[in-house]
Amino acid sequence: MVLHDLFFYILAAIILGGGILTITRRNAVHSAIFLVMTLIGVAGLFLHLQAEFLAAVQVFLYIGGITVLFLFVIMLVNLDEAAKQRQFNRQWGLALGCVLLLVAELGYFLYQGKDSFSFAESSGALLQNNTQEIAMSLYRDYLLPFEIASLLLLVAIVGAVVMAKKQI
Amino acid sequence: MAEFLAAIESYLQLPYVKPTLYIVIIIAVFPLIAGYIVLLERKVMADIQARLGPMRVGPHGLLQPLADAVKLLLKEDIIPAKADWLLFWVAPIISVVTALVAFSVVPFSDWFFITDTNIGLLFILSISSVGILGIILGGWSSNSSYPLLGALRSTAQMVSYEVALGFAIIGGLMVAGTLSMQEIVRAQQEQQVWFIFYQPLAFFIYAVAAMAETNRSPFDLPEAESEIVAGYHTEYSGFRFSLYFLAEYTNIVIVSSIAVTLFLGGWLRPFPNVEWLDFLNYCPAVAMLAIAGMSFLGAVREKRWMEQVGMGGLGAVFALLGLLFLLPPVLVAVQGLFWFLLKVFLIVYGFIWIRFTFPRYRYDQLMKLGWYWLIPLAIANVIVTGIVMVLL
Repeated sequence: MVLHDLFFYILAAIILGGGILTITRRNAVHSAIFLVMTLIGVAGLFLHLQAEFLAAVQVFLYIGGITVLFLFVIMLVNLDEAAKQRQFNRQWGLALGCVLLLVAELGYFLYQGKDSFSFAESSGALLQNNTQEIAMSLYRDYLLPFEIASLLLLVAIVGAVVMAKKQI
Repeated sequence: MAEFLAAIESYLQLPYVKPTLYIVIIIAVFPLIAGYIVLLERKVMADIQARLGPMRVGPHGLLQPLADAVKLLLKEDIIPAKADWLLFWVAPIISVVTALVAFSVVPFSDWFFITDTNIGLLFILSISSVGILGIILGGWSSNSSYPLLGALRSTAQMVSYEVALGFAIIGGLMVAGTLSMQEIVRAQQEQQVWFIFYQPLAFFIYAVAAMAETNRSPFDLPEAESEIVAGYHTEYSGFRFSLYFLAEYTNIVIVSSIAVTLFLGGWLRPFPNVEWLDFLNYCPAVAMLAIAGMSFLGAVREKRWMEQVGMGGLGAVFALLGLLFLLPPVLVAVQGLFWFLLKVFLIVYGFIWIRFTFPRYRYDQLMKLGWYWLIPLAIANVIVTGIVMVLL
């Protein structure tokens, strides 16, 4: 069980470290690489919870699809100007104060409820074939919300194309 | 001796020992195999163009891959002065590692596989989609025009054809009903048919999309030498360049393995359920003895005594292997492995054949083929398969 917890903390460190580096790098390509690191960490967390299908889809869609498209756009756009500009504006002190306040508040409440935290026991045999489980819940139990969500995404795609193209 | 064997036997039963052993075997052997695929490619190219190909190093150039490997390892490793050196350094490693990791779920036979998970096929797809990053970053970090163009071409091409590839695979998966590579093969045994006969269209789309995914001719625009020098690896030299090469050939073997597993019956021999064809089980031994015979014939026709000895030795090795395969337990053990590797070899040969007989597509033709033809066809195939499966 110690190993189990250790993996969680390693993955959490990868996710948070990757996230922080993503927003602090000057070079947009480096940011994208650290974003990949974060996403791999999330995929690892899914694996850790025995959700293999979600882990594979996370890697396939987010790293293999979305980040690759990010990189594609970054390479097409000239970012030399952006890299020379200031990365932080003058209000960073105020923002830091707000963040510290929020951290203190969240930390206080988390400390109050610390007894109710425990790592979830993986249900083992129950989740054996979670590809089918996901298919069942998406296409049978929650078919209507799923279809509505996919329709919304389709509308968004069509809208983006209409707005981006002058002549169709 | 018996105690020693028993100790080894019990040791092999430990959970992580066998997979580790297989990983070591695959990583140690595969670069050599990749080298020989390159030799095969050069020989087939030479044959198609009515030449001899490499003939100098060893009999019929059989030691050429070793000479090439030594040359690549000894070459100077140049990193361009204005390159982003960290990414330049990491990019080929990403390509090779993701390509080799995909072997972890390839079912070479019913006992020779590293692991088998219930998302096997999806795992291969996702890990090889990460491999694109190696190409993009290699092209970008070189800080040079042609590699950047190659990387951009490669990205657009791979993202486009990944869709067709995925839908083609879904067609096969619907018939198989599982994502686990071993179970897919077993499903073909149970249904007594290779899925290529249920899904010929899906196989065709898969083959075309796989060629595009691996940047093979006629879709080799990311490295089109007449337009953009060598594409994304123009600035790479020496060992790093050879890593890209290794990744490319690994990917070819991986996509061939998926095709064999999903559509061509994996490690099953042809007609595994027909008993009067059981003599086909002796094919591994016969093939080895045939290669031995051809090697001996080649040895007689060689002029220099060195090469006569070399070919003769090769023939002796294959003859010994053939005789070893005649032992019943060994024959059963190599059965699946032989058929799997034979099928993969035939598909790789097909890839090479197509490379040297088809002219390269223009970029707009490539995109048109992908988006106008392959993706709609693949989606239609999935829909028709679904309707047929519901009706039957």
